[in-house]
Amino acid sequence: MSLLSRLLPRRRFDFHGGIHPPERKALSNGTPIRPGPMPAQLILPLTMHIGAPARPLVQVGDRVLKGEKIAEASGPVSVPVHAPSSGVISAIEPRPIQHPSGLDAPCIVLDTDGEDRWTALHPHPDFRAIPRPELLALIREAGIAGLGGAGFPTAIKLNLRDNQRIEQLILNAVECEPYITADDRLMRERAPALIRGIEILRYLVQPAETIVAIEDNKPEAIAAMRAAAEGTGIRIMTVPTKYPSGGEKQLIRLVTGKEVRSGGIPAEIGVVCQNIGTAYAVERAVVHGEPLIRRITTLTGEAFTQPGNVETLIGTPVQALLEAGGVTQPHRGRLIMGGPMMGFSIDHPMSPVVKTSNCIIAAPLTELPEPAPEQSCIRCGACADVCPAELLPQQLYWYSKAGEFDRARHYNLLDCIECGACSYVCPSNIPLVQYYRYAKAELRKQAAEHQKADRARERFEARTARIEKEKAEKEARRQARLAANRVKQAPDAAAPPAQADLKKAVNDASAAYKTAVKAAKEAEASGADNAVALRAEAERLKAHADALKANLRDAKAAGPAAPAHDDGLPALKKAVADASAAYKAAVKAMKDVEAGGDGDIDALRADTERLKAEADRLKAALRDAKAAAPAVVAAPVQEDPVAALKKAVADASSAYKAAVKAAKEAEASGDGDLDALRAEAERLKPTGSKPNCVTPRRRPRPHHHQPHRQPPRLRPPAMTRSKNATSA
Amino acid sequence: MNLISVTSPHTTGPSRTQRVMAQVLLATLPGLAVLCGLFGWGSLINVVWACAAALACEAAVLRLRGKPVGFHLADGSALVTAVLLALAIPPTAPWWLTLVGVGFAIIFAKQLYGGLGMNPFNPAMAGYVLLLISFPVDMTRWLPPFEAPDLATSLQLFLGRDHGIDALTGATPLDSLRTWAGDAAALAAQPALHGTFAGLGWEWVNLAFLAGGLWLLWRRVITWHIPAALLGALALCALPFWLHDSARFASPLFHLFSGAAMFGAFFIATDPVSAATSRTGRLIYAALIGVLIWVIRSFGGYPDAMAFAVLLLNLAAPTIDYYTQPRSYGHSKPKRGIGG
Repeated sequence: MSLLSRLLPRRRFDFHGGIHPPERKALSNGTPIRPGPMPAQLILPLTMHIGAPARPLVQVGDRVLKGEKIAEASGPVSVPVHAPSSGVISAIEPRPIQHPSGLDAPCIVLDTDGEDRWTALHPHPDFRAIPRPELLALIREAGIAGLGGAGFPTAIKLNLRDNQRIEQLILNAVECEPYITADDRLMRERAPALIRGIEILRYLVQPAETIVAIEDNKPEAIAAMRAAAEGTGIRIMTVPTKYPSGGEKQLIRLVTGKEVRSGGIPAEIGVVCQNIGTAYAVERAVVHGEPLIRRITTLTGEAFTQPGNVETLIGTPVQALLEAGGVTQPHRGRLIMGGPMMGFSIDHPMSPVVKTSNCIIAAPLTELPEPAPEQSCIRCGACADVCPAELLPQQLYWYSKAGEFDRARHYNLLDCIECGACSYVCPSNIPLVQYYRYAKAELRKQAAEHQKADRARERFEARTARIEKEKAEKEARRQARLAANRVKQAPDAAAPPAQADLKKAVNDASAAYKTAVKAAKEAEASGADNAVALRAEAERLKAHADALKANLRDAKAAGPAAPAHDDGLPALKKAVADASAAYKAAVKAMKDVEAGGDGDIDALRADTERLKAEADRLKAALRDAKAAAPAVVAAPVQEDPVAALKKAVADASSAYKAAVKAAKEAEASGDGDLDALRAEAERLKPTGSKPNCVTPRRRPRPHHHQPHRQPPRLRPPAMTRSKNATSA
Repeated sequence: MNLISVTSPHTTGPSRTQRVMAQVLLATLPGLAVLCGLFGWGSLINVVWACAAALACEAAVLRLRGKPVGFHLADGSALVTAVLLALAIPPTAPWWLTLVGVGFAIIFAKQLYGGLGMNPFNPAMAGYVLLLISFPVDMTRWLPPFEAPDLATSLQLFLGRDHGIDALTGATPLDSLRTWAGDAAALAAQPALHGTFAGLGWEWVNLAFLAGGLWLLWRRVITWHIPAALLGALALCALPFWLHDSARFASPLFHLFSGAAMFGAFFIATDPVSAATSRTGRLIYAALIGVLIWVIRSFGGYPDAMAFAVLLLNLAAPTIDYYTQPRSYGHSKPKRGIGG
């Protein structure tokens, strides 16, 4: 902080709205703090702070000493619980506590033995000798959670990131709620200890300035603190009396003019805010080694005959405090823990005092009457005028009542601090805060449901995807099996019994035709360049097959004696030529595949062998036919053999050329197809034994092993291309 | 133990709706007194009659709606509507005129929308506009000031017996202005236009309502935003035109103290139910009412315009609310719209 800003008078900031309810502090601030009662039983809830409940370290029947840890922090946002006196653990069970839900909560019940014997304490009078992390651990282990409001674990608030620079450490000693005087008395009576506590906080936070903010209705406290802070550099700042200037966000604005971002924390703007009572607890914990086992609580309200402030053990039942304050006959009316603006009704007098209990109000109905019935909202706007969060409470009310929670959120419902100023000024007695709590709870519920629905949707989508995948795999396996079966059956079909050569030739020719048509179709479908050539070849093969068929018919009609028909010889020759061409093409294909080093080479070779044998057989048949013919054939026919042979040669060579051409074209355009064929073959091969790894929760279905899986039948590369690709 | 479980806050301030209504009623008394002084018993008779009619109508509808009659009648809102409407109706009005206006205001403009707090339009002004459109002659029969008829005559008028009523009536300052605007000589000849500092007689009526309004401000029943913005806008509109052509346009002072200016600014436009919500919104809302009043008075078909201007801006209030939400703590800028 520069010298100039030190010398210049500080600018006074203010927050919007606020109210001035009757203070009623004089009821309890006139007498010194007195020790609280020693109840026969102390009830220690495991959640006296915000965060995870503490985990019990003791068992029923255990004897504990005062200050002994009886429950440990169960997470990063959690603090331990200590025995406030010595005695025996008599129960660990749900007990009624002060909670808006009215539900019981798990508590450790300690039957005191009256000896109040301390456990060994470890004081650290020179806190500056302790490294900061250890000091933070010490504060956490002392069970300190904010004593002013919500009970947030103090060590977390003090544990700053390395790069976080704190400009202001603000000690909240405003105590703006009516009735409460605990901090007021604490400051009046124990200012030096408080200053020591503040020094510890300063040491931990290293702020540029430290400010103790006190409402100007506590002149004695201000004077005492000023005297104690002399020479320390701690600023004692008075703020005008206005509710709720003790609200953290409002106080930060009041002191610094800065605003905490909606949904943010003060450290983001370089501010740490701590309650003055927390500073005292820190001083006790560090300097004296005492964990947080007692606090100053105001006993007030007209039902108390001896109101005032007591230093009460945490866990003391409210009933014991009522008796200590002189409420002798059964109390009728209001019993409130906390102040009249933000406190909670106590439903059960055995509810214990917890770390955040700064006040017990026992008020007859004449003092705090029952709320009047709610009237219609006249939209007077008084609520908006007093709202310290600068909201439009009547709009929030309207939308909360109508169940339009999203709109309420749009109107910044979640910035409502539930201070109650709007309800206080409402001329129509509308319990506005109650509506906001309801709407907030509904929003939380909605958010939780959204989350649940999101999770359910994700689960459903994952399940659908898994089922789809399983289906696809099943289908692929089925296709693979089908393909395998086809492959298995194909060679059988392709190996007809060699009855009559002619019949075989016809069969072969028509099979060749079919293959050619198929290849042509596939080539057409995939737009290959050789489609036209293949189609022409197919036509040629068809004509050839037809001719052979006709020959066969004729041969059958003529009987076995006349196998050689006029046209039979050239046709036979042609069949021979075709067969040899097919054989050559097969050889070429085999060579191609061989060059690629594929596993199907054996199959190809077998096929090639088969074709060669067929061609040889046809040639032999041709020879036989020629030998049988000369006697029958007339002179004019004599010259025919030469021409027929020539033609056969020409046919054979053209067929060969076509086949070569097709193969070349396939090769040129179809390297990828060969690869695909190979990959497909690879994929098909392991399916049978591969465990179903995608759905590990299901037992892999035993796959039918196929012992006689045959290699795929030979096809020219171009023909194999998409067949397997489409079945994949 | 017999404990009462209430969620916080456990205490409330002294403000009560009944008290707000009662203070509004009290604040109209100076205006009512001056009206009676200038125009006779008519206004008081109207007020009493209107209150009775309003309570009867309200009770009947509450009964039909199955609501606790006593509880809702006790909030005093029906009385406020009745009194405000009765003060706006001429003192010469026959009983049925008031009854029709009050009945429409309570039954249609208020209860059919859901009762107190739910009505989008100012009920008194809705009733007034209904009467002005349906019975324009009866609604414009004002008497000349300082010539108050006696109680008997007022009662005769109230009972609807034509007592040579047309002989009694006279032009209000705004009527005169409307008729003779642009004719400097004629304007100068109109006695109604030349009171002590504004329109004859009506200046006192407005002054009395101003006094009542200031008392409401002091009692914090209303805030300064609406009256200041309304009157400020009215005066600001009037000033340049008056400076430019005083023969055609009236002075700001004349506008502020004529017709329903003060009554409207403090008692009508401030009705929180039908006004805009936020402070900024209310400033805009009231300023636009002021502008509309001046425009209609200067160029429109009616001599005064409070009821029309208020109803039109009632209609615009949700839109104004849409754009004038305050910036909440911790937010960098105000929100717009209504979300959802």
